[in-house]
Amino acid sequence: MRKRKYEELFFRALMVLATIAVAGSFFLIVGTIFYKGAPYMNLDMITKTPGGGFYIGKEGGILNAIIGSMYIAGGATILGLLISIPVAIYINMYLDGKTFLANILRMTFDVLFGIPSIVYGAFGFLIMVYFGLRASLLGGIIAVTLLVIPILVRTLDEVIRTVPLELRDAALSLGSTRWEMAKVVLRQIRPGIITAILLSFGRAIGDVASVLFTAGFSDNIPTSLHEPAATLPLAIFFQLSSPVEEVQGRGYASALVLTIVVLIITVLSEVFIKKFFKHKI
Amino acid sequence: MSYQDKDLETFEKNTPHGSDPFVAGGNTDVAPGLVSTTSLSAGEQKPPVRKSILNGLFSKGSKVYPLRLLKDKIMSKLMLVFTVASVLILVFIGVGLYLHSVPILQKLTWVQLLTSSVWKPLKGLFGFYPFIMGTLWVTGISIIIALPLCILTALYITEYAPLRVKRILSPFVNLLSGIPPVIFGVWGVLFIIPLIQDHIAPHFVEFSTGYSVLAGGIVLAVMIFPLIVSIISEVFRTIPQDLRDASLSLGATKWETIKKVVLRKALPGIIAALVLAISRAFGETIAVLMVCGNNAAVPHSVFDPGYPLPALIANNYGDMMSIPLYDSALMFAAFLLFIIILLFNIISRVILARLERKMAA
Repeated sequence: MRKRKYEELFFRALMVLATIAVAGSFFLIVGTIFYKGAPYMNLDMITKTPGGGFYIGKEGGILNAIIGSMYIAGGATILGLLISIPVAIYINMYLDGKTFLANILRMTFDVLFGIPSIVYGAFGFLIMVYFGLRASLLGGIIAVTLLVIPILVRTLDEVIRTVPLELRDAALSLGSTRWEMAKVVLRQIRPGIITAILLSFGRAIGDVASVLFTAGFSDNIPTSLHEPAATLPLAIFFQLSSPVEEVQGRGYASALVLTIVVLIITVLSEVFIKKFFKHKI
Repeated sequence: MSYQDKDLETFEKNTPHGSDPFVAGGNTDVAPGLVSTTSLSAGEQKPPVRKSILNGLFSKGSKVYPLRLLKDKIMSKLMLVFTVASVLILVFIGVGLYLHSVPILQKLTWVQLLTSSVWKPLKGLFGFYPFIMGTLWVTGISIIIALPLCILTALYITEYAPLRVKRILSPFVNLLSGIPPVIFGVWGVLFIIPLIQDHIAPHFVEFSTGYSVLAGGIVLAVMIFPLIVSIISEVFRTIPQDLRDASLSLGATKWETIKKVVLRKALPGIIAALVLAISRAFGETIAVLMVCGNNAAVPHSVFDPGYPLPALIANNYGDMMSIPLYDSALMFAAFLLFIIILLFNIISRVILARLERKMAA
C-alpha cells in the first residue's frame, strides 16, 4: 500500500519537474538573450544602416535588416492572406467543411505546414532560377509566402469552424449566396484573421532557411523588388560567425531585437485569440 | 408583356445589384437584362432588349444570371483555382526538386549516394552517408530528451494541474513555439555550448569544443517541446473522463490510472506526435547549423561534431553554382529531406485524423 503511494508521489514530482524544465526553458532562452544582448544594445543599432567597416566592429546598426525583414514578412503575409482566405472559405463553405475532400485538403495543408523552411527555400531558389530572377526582395517574398500559406490556411480554417453553423444557416435562409454568406462569416472572424496575420508574420520574420537562397543580403535598405534585401535572422547569423568580439556582441543585440519583436507579436496574437473566443456567440 | 413583367423590370433597377433575389436563376423566359437600359413605359409591348455585350456573356442560353449569383459563381471558381494551386505546391516542390536532382542521379546511383562517406564535390564525389548519420544522431538525441519530458509535462497539464496553473502554463508553450530558430541557435551558442564544453564533456571525454551532436540535440529538443506538448495534451483531452473514473472507482491511484488507462489509450496519439516531432527535427536548419560543428564525418559519440543534411544545404548555397553537379547534389539532399518528411507527416496526420474521427463518433 505504501509503495503505491510513494509511486504516486514520485511520478507527481517528476511531472512537476518536467513541467518546470519545459516552461523554464523559455525563460532560460529569453534570459540568456537579454543578458548577453542588452550591454550591446543602443539606439544606433536600430536607427542606422551598417557604416563602412561595420563588420570589423565600427559604426552602424542593423536598420537595413530590420526594414528588409519587415518588407519580406509583410509582403509575404499580405500575399499569403490573399491566397489563403479564399482557400479557407472554399474548404469550409463551398465544400461544406466536413466532406472527405475537405478533410483531405486540410491534411494536405497540415503536411505542407510540416515541410521545413529549407525545402521551401530550395524550391523558391528553383523558381527563381526558372524565371531568371536573382536573389532579391521579390524572391524572398515568394519563398516566404509559400512558407506562410499553410499556417494562414490552417489558422483561418480553425477560426471559421468556430463560427456557429446557425449563423451561416441564417444567412442562407435569407436568400444569400454562399459568397455573401462567406462575407458574413469573414466579418464574424475578424479577430481570428488578425491572429492568423500575427502568427504568419511572426513565423515569416524569424525564418532564415527560406530567405537564405532567395533574398540575398545587402547593407542598403532595398528600394525596389529586384534588389537584394537583408533579413534580421540572417544578419544575426552573419554577425555571430564573425571572429570580432564587438561584432558578435552586436549579433546578440540583434537577437535581442528579434526576440522582442517576436514576443510582442506572439503576445498580441494570444490577446486577439482570447478576445475572439470571448466574443464568440 | 404582362403587368407583372414590367413590375419585375422596375424592381430590378431599384435593387442595389441590379438583380432580383426572387428570380434568382429561375425566371428565364422574361429575362430582365442585367445591364439593360431599356425603359418601359406603362403598357408598352416591347420585350426587354439585351443591349449590352455583357448580357450575352452573362447569360447561358436563355438563362440569365443575376449579378450576385454570377459573383458567387466567379468567386467559387476563383477559390477553387486558389485551393488547387496551393495544394499543388506540394506536387511542384516534389517534382521540381526531383528534376533538379536528376543530373546527379544519372551519374551516381541511389545506393552510392546514400551509403558512400566520401564528400569531395570538386572531384564529383557526393556521399551523403555522414550527413544522414549526422541528422539521425541529432534527431535521435533530441527525441530521447524531449519525448519523456513532454509526456510528463502534458500529463501534468491535463491531469494534475489546477485550472489556475493551467492558465499560466499554456501561454508559455505558445511563446516558446513563437521563438524563431535563429534565436534558439544563438541560445545554443551562448548557453549550451559552454555548458557542454566546461561542465558535461570533461566528465566523459578528454576534449570537446562543445560544438557537437549533443548540443544540436539539446537545442532541437527545446525547439520541439511546444509541438509535442500541445499535440499530446490534445490527445489526452480526447480520452473520455468515464474511463478515468472507472479506474479510480476501482481503487487505483491517479498515477496507476494514468499508467494503465490514459497512456495506453493515448498510445497512437503519442506515436503520431513522435513521428511529427521527428520530421520537425529532421528539417530544422539554422539552429543545428550553428551548434553542430559541421564536420563531414560520421559521429561516433554524442560529443563528436556532426553535419546534418539541412545544414549542408544551407551552408553551401554560396558556391553551389560554381562546381558542376554541386547544385544538383544539394537539390538531391533537399529532395531526400522532402520525401522523408512528407512520409512522416502523412503517417502522423493519418493517425491523428483517425483518432479525431473515433472521438467524434
